[in-house]
Amino acid sequence: MTHSAPRHRIARASRLARAAGILLAALLAAGAPAGAVEPNEMLDDPALEARAREVSKGLRCVVCQNESIDESNAEMARDMRVLVRDRILAGDSNAEVEQYLVDRYGDYVLLKPPFKPTTYVLWFGPALILLGGAVAAVAYYRRKATGPAGPAPLSPDEEARLHALIGDDEAGPGAGTRTGRDQGGSA
Amino acid sequence: MTRKLVYFLPLLVVAVLLGFFIVGLQRDPRELPSVLLDQPVPEFALPGLPGREPPLTEKADLQGEVVLLNFFGSWCAACLQEHPVLQRIQDEGLVPVHGIAFKDQPDDTLRWLKRHGDPYDRIGYDTTNRIAIEFGITGAPETFVIDKAGVIRHKQIGPITDRIWAETLRPLIEDLNEG
Repeated sequence: MTHSAPRHRIARASRLARAAGILLAALLAAGAPAGAVEPNEMLDDPALEARAREVSKGLRCVVCQNESIDESNAEMARDMRVLVRDRILAGDSNAEVEQYLVDRYGDYVLLKPPFKPTTYVLWFGPALILLGGAVAAVAYYRRKATGPAGPAPLSPDEEARLHALIGDDEAGPGAGTRTGRDQGGSA
Repeated sequence: MTRKLVYFLPLLVVAVLLGFFIVGLQRDPRELPSVLLDQPVPEFALPGLPGREPPLTEKADLQGEVVLLNFFGSWCAACLQEHPVLQRIQDEGLVPVHGIAFKDQPDDTLRWLKRHGDPYDRIGYDTTNRIAIEFGITGAPETFVIDKAGVIRHKQIGPITDRIWAETLRPLIEDLNEG
């Protein structure tokens, strides 16, 4: 009895660990994009099929905006996957297959926009904005380091008013007593 | 003065963003500029619908006059909405309306045409969707205006309405007919 209890506990713990492991694996598997390729679409030659998968991952499903044809279950995506495989079987290189679809759907069909004059803004824009921010930040901290210019000096009118208020030199009637009481209180 | 203007900068940024949103959200993301515009019609080979004449079997069938080429299918709800407009265009006689039924079964297409009327001149049909990819189609209905030389001059995405016909397509076709 005294022996079996701990052993039982260990067995239960290892069962729990295994269950947790299986659950984790299942969650990870669910998280990874599974791909929508049906077995009957696949090419017999694993090397060609691998190329087809690679090309498909870079091609946009034109009816679902933001999925590759490799991930999408849309019929249009399926037709394009079949087309990609047909072109590969016909001897096209990966680039030729992509060009075939770009000729018909434009650059839009590529998930990664090509690098060319019309897309320079797209490619350089974020870097330029970051650079602008960096320049602004440097300018700001430089100015802070040299010290602020400080407020403008008072005009003669303002200075006179200030003197009147704090009772400098020619103090008003109440000023003296108030100062005295304050001093008394703090002492 | 310039220091105070800095405080309006966030407002300016928000205004610019709002501008993008207002314009961006009103645009239909499905409407893509067709790269086939001003390109010759791709070559194709299609069967006709069994028992329905005349068939649209190849590019040559489209050449020699200005034509409308409409992609449709019996599965397509928006095509049904467009259907009476196509019938009126065909009746007007300015331009022949040809059709390509895609992702459809010939029996279904024929039944659909029987039930709703047949506004088409020639019809080709394609069950593989290969022809749709050849034409850079993303859905149905889509309609091409093709000139006498067989060059694509306009692509209408989504159903043709009476207004689109009167304001865009008819003037374009009249221009092409003269040219």
